[in-house]
Amino acid sequence: MALPIMSTDNLHLFYGKKEALKGINLDFQEKGITALIGPSGCGKSTFLRCLNRMNDLIDDVTITGNVMFKNQNVYAPDTDIVALRKEVGMVFQQPNPFPFSIYENVIYGLRLAGVRDKQVLDEAVERSLRQAAIWDEVKDDLHKNALALSGGQQQRVCIARVLAVSPDVLLLDEPTSALDPVSSHVIEETLLQLRYDYTVITVTHNLQQASRIADRTAFFLQGELIEVSDTKKMFMDPQKQQTQDYISGRFG
Amino acid sequence: MDKIKEKLQQTSQATRSERRGRFISFLALILILVVVIAIFWFVAAKGLATFFQNHINVWDFLSGKTWDPSVKGANGRPEVGALPMIVGSFLITLLSALVATPFAIGTAVFMNEIAPRNGAKILQPVTELLVGIPSVVYGFIGLSVVVPFVRHVFGGSGFGILSGTFVLFVMILPTVTSMTADTLKSVPRYYREASLALGATRWQTIHKVVLRAATPGILTAIVFGMARAFGEALAVQMVVGNATLLPHNLVSPSSTLTSVLTEGIGNTVMGSLQNNALWSLALVLLIMSLFFNVIIRIIGRKGELR
Repeated sequence: MALPIMSTDNLHLFYGKKEALKGINLDFQEKGITALIGPSGCGKSTFLRCLNRMNDLIDDVTITGNVMFKNQNVYAPDTDIVALRKEVGMVFQQPNPFPFSIYENVIYGLRLAGVRDKQVLDEAVERSLRQAAIWDEVKDDLHKNALALSGGQQQRVCIARVLAVSPDVLLLDEPTSALDPVSSHVIEETLLQLRYDYTVITVTHNLQQASRIADRTAFFLQGELIEVSDTKKMFMDPQKQQTQDYISGRFG
Repeated sequence: MDKIKEKLQQTSQATRSERRGRFISFLALILILVVVIAIFWFVAAKGLATFFQNHINVWDFLSGKTWDPSVKGANGRPEVGALPMIVGSFLITLLSALVATPFAIGTAVFMNEIAPRNGAKILQPVTELLVGIPSVVYGFIGLSVVVPFVRHVFGGSGFGILSGTFVLFVMILPTVTSMTADTLKSVPRYYREASLALGATRWQTIHKVVLRAATPGILTAIVFGMARAFGEALAVQMVVGNATLLPHNLVSPSSTLTSVLTEGIGNTVMGSLQNNALWSLALVLLIMSLFFNVIIRIIGRKGELR
């Protein structure tokens, strides 16, 4: 197998004294979608936020173990967090566009990188919005405030905003849980297109969603990684009893 | 059956106490309304008397450069030109807001974004303390520290707009700071997360997202500070020099609407022109305060729409 683009090695995370992740070893191959599933509070979101160091923002968090991204230890002292987060983009549970226009939302990351050329920006906006499957809906009012869009549209603008900086890895933290079924479906379609160009890692509490879109699925329970395998295998023939119980709806 | 009917038709205890509560709060509202209207009516009646009873031209009042109500001027009318005070008030307000704003934003950003724990622990009580100091104390410090300092560094007598600006700067700083800090606090956490997750540094996040999202609130804070500066009387009067002259420069003695009012209102006879003219100044003050209020409301409403 090829070298994984991202991997964790014995990753522990403590909130104060409470151990939220109990030694996670997980590899992510390039491209494709990996879904992280598990009941609430099992640590799947926490794990996701370790991958681009968003947990740094929370006080009183201790992390041990390694997270490797392209042979670079993410938690090494010489890691440039800003550069890392440009490579490992993130979409959150709540759609969180800035209170600016759609256009300015999408180019935010490029502006940070100092891109001024109007033509480059215009092209990036169109490309990203097309990739996020929202271009046709908003192309006529790019300068409208993004907060005026519906929740599903806002979430796709957020995806476009991340895609505009061309990350390698796309982290999604329950991207559809705040949306209605129709919007969720559109986002799923979007992700299915994105998996050819990006390494997509998505947290979901929706098992059907995982089985519909993911190439691989990882099952978390109480801070531990119980099982990881190809999605089909996971749902048809789980190896562990706990996985079997969870996906057949016996708990969670 | 009849018992239930009877019970339902009776006014219950809860309904009665609800009515009583509504009556009391309605009464309080009426009282406050009456007080506000009475103040407006009183100041307006007195202030307009200058123009209707003493037949002073409104334009002469607003644009005249000489203030000496007891002396008749060249045109045979008393000299009641309020322009020096209006200019003084505006200059001192604008300058102090201009000086205070960067400091206030800087302090608020430090308190909220850079050192939320220690910053808030130390700076919060300090700013609150600054609000609590009586204005006469500010004036006294201004008189014994700021005025000599200005005289020494910038020349002149030390009394003037510049000293007033320095004193007011310290006085409005806590107001603007704490209001700005509140606005920054209300900027949702997920804006910051989204920005950081896109590879922004903390400073870029503060500058491009937090401050930008908070702009309407910060503007409101500044206008509030200006309203305070405009209305402050005692401390300003102690350092501004109280010469009713158009200010030539920032260190020449001048005066503001409030300083002339506090100085003169006890020394004039009710109903005389001198007294009425002071009321006209008060009317100008009141209208300006109203104007500041309207601006605050407009900014607030714009902020909601976003």
